Amino acid sequence: MSVKLTTRQVGDVTVVDAAGRITLGEGASTFRDSIRDLVAGGHKKLLLNLAEISYIDSSGIGELVSGFTTVANQGGTVKLLNLTKRVQDLLQITKLYTVFEVFDDEAKAVRSFA
Amino acid sequence: MADQESAQAHTLDLVLDSCLESVDSAEEATLREAKYLAFDDDEMHNIGIAVRECMVNAVVHGNRYNARKKVHVKITRAADRITVVIADEGDGFDPDAVPDPLASENLLRFSGRGVMLMRAFMDEFQVSPREPKGTEVRMVKYKPKQ
Repeated sequence: MSVKLTTRQVGDVTVVDAAGRITLGEGASTFRDSIRDLVAGGHKKLLLNLAEISYIDSSGIGELVSGFTTVANQGGTVKLLNLTKRVQDLLQITKLYTVFEVFDDEAKAVRSFA
Repeated sequence: MADQESAQAHTLDLVLDSCLESVDSAEEATLREAKYLAFDDDEMHNIGIAVRECMVNAVVHGNRYNARKKVHVKITRAADRITVVIADEGDGFDPDAVPDPLASENLLRFSGRGVMLMRAFMDEFQVSPREPKGTEVRMVKYKPKQ
C-alpha cells in the first residue's frame, strides 16, 4: 500500500491523516503533491497525523522536511501528531526532533497553532 | 569469523534490474532469510530499511536507472548473522563525501540520510570499489543473543 492522505479542518488547522508507506516512488510523490496542493490552496497550518504510517524511508523523511520548508516559506507551519515508535526512532536518529514540533494529543496540537 | 559464517551458510544470489521494483525485491528476499534468525519486528524493520536505502543508492545514484546496468545482491544467512552485499555498476561512490546529515546546516536538506540509516541499523557497514566498475556495500546484522 502506498500512502493515503485525507484532510479535515479543525478550526483553521488542516489535519492531514496519513496512512500507509512514504517511500521513494509513488508514496513520496503522492505525499509531496498533496502538501503542495494544500499550500497552494491557502492551507498554512498543517498538522500531519502519522499514526497509520507503517513505513517511512529516507526519501519519506526528505518529503517531511521538504513539506516543512515549503510551508514555512509561505509563512505557515507543519507539526506532527501521533508518531509510531518507528517514525519516532527515525526522527531521533536524524535529529529532526529538533526541527518538528511533535504531539500525541490532537486537541493540544491544534491549540498550539493559535 | 569467516569460517564460522561459511560453516552453515545459505546464500542467495540475485541479479536485479536498475528499477524501483528491484528495491522491493531485495528487501523482501532479505527479510525472508532474516526471518530464520529470530530477529524481532523492529530489527526486521530496520534490516529492511537498510537494504532498501542501499538498493535505492545502487539503482538511483549508482546505476542511474540505466537498463543496461544491473544490481548484484548476495544474501548470506549463517547461524549467527545475515550478510547482505549489494553492488552496482556505476561510477563509484565515496560515503565520506556525503555531507554530515546531522550538521545543523544540513538538517533541512531533502536527501543525504541513507548512509546514516544503514550505519545505524546494521552492525557492520563497509563500502568498497567493485571490479571492474561500481560500488559494493557489505552490511551485516548479527542474531540477537538469547
